[in-house]
Amino acid sequence: MATTNDRKKGVFKSLDWPIIIIYIALLGLGWMSVCGASYDFDQGRNFFDFNTRSGMQIVWIGTSFLLASLVLSVDERIFDAFAYVLYIGFLLLLLATPFLAHDIKGSLSWIKVGSFSIQPAEFAKFATALCVAKYMGSNDFNIQKWWQFATACALILVPMALIILQKETGSALVYLAFFLMFYREGMPGSILFAGVSAVILFVVGVRFAEEPLWGMHIISLGKFLVMLLILIFTVAMMWVYTDRRSPVVRILLNGTVLTLAALLFSKYVIPFDITWMQLVLCVGIVVYLVYLAFHHQMLRYAYIALFAAGALTLHYSADHLLNHTLQAHQRTRIRVLLGMEDDPRGVGYNVIQAKIAIGSGGLRGKGFLNGTQTKLKYVPEQETDFIFCTVGEEEGFLGCAVVLMLFLFLILRLIHLAERQPYASARIYGYCVLSIFLFHVFINVGMVLGLTPVIGIPLPFFSYGGSSLWGFTLLLFIFLRMDAGRNRFIHNR
Amino acid sequence: MENDRQYSNRKYIIGSVAILIVLIFLLRLFSLQLMSDDFKRNADSNAFLKRIQFPARGSIRDRVGKLLVYNQPAYDIMVVMSEMKDVDTLDLCNSLGIDRDWFDRRMVEIKDRNRNPGYSGYTQQLFMSQLSAEEFSMFQEKLFRFPGFYIQKRTIRQYNYSHAAHILGDVGEVNLKDIEADDYYQSGDYIGKQGVERSYERQLRGEKGVEILLRDANGRIKGNYQNGKFDRAPIPGRNLTLSIDLELQALGERLMQGKLGSIVAIEPKTGEILCMVSSPTYDPHNMVGRQRGRNHNMLSADPMKPLLNRAIMGQYPPGSTFKTSQALTFLEEGIITPQTTYPCSGGFRFGRLKVGCHGHASPIPLIPTIATSCNGYFCWGLYYMLGNRKKYATVQDAMTTWKDYMVSMGFGYPLNVDLPGERRGMIPNADFYDRHLGRSWNGLSVISIAIGQGEVTLTPLQIANLGATIANRGYYITPHVVREVQGEPLDTIYKTRHYTKVSHANYEVVVAGMRQAVVGGTCHVANNSWYEVCGKTGTAQNRGHDHSVFMGFAPKDDPQIAVAVYVENGGWGATYGVPIGALIMEKFIRGTLSPESEAKAESFANRTINYGNDER
Repeated sequence: MATTNDRKKGVFKSLDWPIIIIYIALLGLGWMSVCGASYDFDQGRNFFDFNTRSGMQIVWIGTSFLLASLVLSVDERIFDAFAYVLYIGFLLLLLATPFLAHDIKGSLSWIKVGSFSIQPAEFAKFATALCVAKYMGSNDFNIQKWWQFATACALILVPMALIILQKETGSALVYLAFFLMFYREGMPGSILFAGVSAVILFVVGVRFAEEPLWGMHIISLGKFLVMLLILIFTVAMMWVYTDRRSPVVRILLNGTVLTLAALLFSKYVIPFDITWMQLVLCVGIVVYLVYLAFHHQMLRYAYIALFAAGALTLHYSADHLLNHTLQAHQRTRIRVLLGMEDDPRGVGYNVIQAKIAIGSGGLRGKGFLNGTQTKLKYVPEQETDFIFCTVGEEEGFLGCAVVLMLFLFLILRLIHLAERQPYASARIYGYCVLSIFLFHVFINVGMVLGLTPVIGIPLPFFSYGGSSLWGFTLLLFIFLRMDAGRNRFIHNR
Repeated sequence: MENDRQYSNRKYIIGSVAILIVLIFLLRLFSLQLMSDDFKRNADSNAFLKRIQFPARGSIRDRVGKLLVYNQPAYDIMVVMSEMKDVDTLDLCNSLGIDRDWFDRRMVEIKDRNRNPGYSGYTQQLFMSQLSAEEFSMFQEKLFRFPGFYIQKRTIRQYNYSHAAHILGDVGEVNLKDIEADDYYQSGDYIGKQGVERSYERQLRGEKGVEILLRDANGRIKGNYQNGKFDRAPIPGRNLTLSIDLELQALGERLMQGKLGSIVAIEPKTGEILCMVSSPTYDPHNMVGRQRGRNHNMLSADPMKPLLNRAIMGQYPPGSTFKTSQALTFLEEGIITPQTTYPCSGGFRFGRLKVGCHGHASPIPLIPTIATSCNGYFCWGLYYMLGNRKKYATVQDAMTTWKDYMVSMGFGYPLNVDLPGERRGMIPNADFYDRHLGRSWNGLSVISIAIGQGEVTLTPLQIANLGATIANRGYYITPHVVREVQGEPLDTIYKTRHYTKVSHANYEVVVAGMRQAVVGGTCHVANNSWYEVCGKTGTAQNRGHDHSVFMGFAPKDDPQIAVAVYVENGGWGATYGVPIGALIMEKFIRGTLSPESEAKAESFANRTINYGNDER
């Protein structure tokens, strides 16, 4: 009994209080936002009534505190011990969910427990993180060994696939956040770079496909930019990954001069589609890289050649996919997401109204409960995915800045905590947690601000809902528990 | 473990990514929230429904308190273009009794920003105005089938009587010019178009109120913004009391039936207009509701010009009624004395120039001259005035002096009656004759102005005002039809005395002449035993049959009413002018007509003058 007390005292003492304070601050601000978003001008200020969302959110916050204390009071070794069991258990639950679920707006991710609905996908994150951390934290794990990396990837992709089956694409995409952790753990940066490049090339290619370049309607701005970006990315990779400078300079110089010359020739002498010239240039670079690979017997040139060729292939297949394979309504959805089409009644409506709500907040906002756009339901999902609108409208730029800074401190603090873990598994778990938070904040706030596509995922600690709040609380406090035990663990060894 | 540590520098990259993301978000927030007001405006137009609350327009009563004009509910159909979806146009047209063409035309009109500068697809625009209560209740049942269409309750004018249309005027939708002139008005608002509705628009209209309502995304109203803190209640319009006596007005209109012309009666002491008849007139009931446009077009097309208020817009030769002003001028200038006589044997003769006159004794002094309306006397008077080189250096100087007298009596310029569209009449001046006759003109060239012919024209109001001035022995108060504006003092110009250039004593001479005209002269028909009437006839020559004119007042020593009657092509002044004027004075002074007078009134009401089909 005495030892338990001592240990608890130890946990209490070595707990990372800055994070607890940020956590409580975010929950407080989050609850205010839920109050603001669910407040109805018709009704009174009955925020503590359990029939209202603000009242229910208090229940979720209270139970989250209980959950957090529970997590803090157990031995941290339990998480490691039960990691695989938990993971498999949640995989089975995810597998079963679509069959048990009742359809909520086309999503099959909610199952009813008593009078509440819970979303297993929100809990699967911490289980997956624990499992991946345990697997990658073992001493014989080496990310450079491709089959071990592939196994780690599989651990992530399996739950992701199961969640896609529940038609919760947004929640599934969150699992991509694990790649940031992989990067920290030694995954070649080029993979991350290639992935990000692919997204950029795709977006730029589609977004500007129909816009003219420099007033020349025969040239697609999108194609021109994609070709230019491939050139730039290739040069950048050569600069970073190879030591020889002369080929880099040669490609950069020739590429720039040729492109510029073609551009000016087309503009002032004979108009022609210079993207063909750019394509020839890019193919030439690929050939040159292959030659370099053979000549210097360096695989890296081959990889870069592969990247450039892959980028070209991606661009042309995306073009084909969009214009020939996809259905009209799917094409419309992508175009709306990228802001190419106005759709004030559909997806575009959400983004427009979100921008109006936030934009109308000004510097100091309209004040608590004085936001009109969120309360009058102009903003869709104003209590869940679009909760940040309420912050923007009622608390203004200053409120938004405070919230974003809190999230930034949370993530930076988590990096600091993760880095101080003596064991790889705890560090990996910490990076899983912060990557997931970063991904949620990036996609959610970006969506509300009209910067990222509309992907329906909650803003941690803000969005209304028990499952996501419990999920995030578990995710965070398991790591805090690990962190609190880091020193004792060493002594015991 | 050392293997893991080699990548620990990547924490900086990951940290930088997080910082970069937050930085981009802050920049984006900065541009959304602090760089432009567009979103704020957008949000307001989203959430706030500004419902205009129209004030009740002021009512209008006559001088004894009879309610003439009041409000009755009518219903406007409004449309919000952006909300108009899947409307069965045919169904809508049938429900409103309009045709498809009208619908299409109206839609184009509403969207045309040139004609409808305040157009917005998100706010209510006037689609159709002034449905009656029955039409409204029928349409309201079907309203749910027509999303984007709304009903707005308005008030339109209603009239208790069919009289005084020209004075009351009417109310209609604002036009583009009204909106540009005063930003109080928005498309679809009503504004006074004629009469006191127009001249007292500011007092009558009140002040629009606004209610700021919160509207949710589904268009449901969620109460008042901030519990109505920013709402403004409408301020009702002020009620007007006219100086018009409805019964007198009704009598005047009855007497003028079938004749063109005008009757104006003024209370001399106050300048209050007691009746102002312009014939033909029309029924003000025709100027409200949706038939207004059609009726208005019909009245505009009428060759007899019923919309013209002849009392203030008709410019007529005053004929012999003008002689009173000449007598006053000559007396004041010392050209004549009351005892001066001029010869007149059948008129004024000077060389080959002849102005005819009728048979009366000759020569005679001023008072009987006025009584018999001698032409010669006044021609001589003007001749001697304009030819007097001892007093005036040139004929131009003499003419200017004459003109100044006329202007001081309220001629030649609008009197500034409180009704729109008043004309100024014509008083020629020296310049005018210099231009038209060369420099070498003299009294003889312009002699006909002495007897109210030639270039001189007056409005019936100016003639009545001459009567009021003589009744007052030398001053007038600008005539006006509104006696009292609720809660607001009357404009001081309607309280100020304007003295003419002629002294009180000289007025007494003219009054004596006018009295004698009634006792034993041209106006003897107006004589009665109840009170002393003073009067002056006029028989104004013109291209057609002479106009019959009368100007007078009564009682002589405590004038209560001054009246001018002008009957176009009515012949002798005594034929129509005098009897009609007498009836008006009797009605006002005695409150009622004696049985004989009533019979006479009835016979005048039934006398019509055939004007042919000439454009007038």
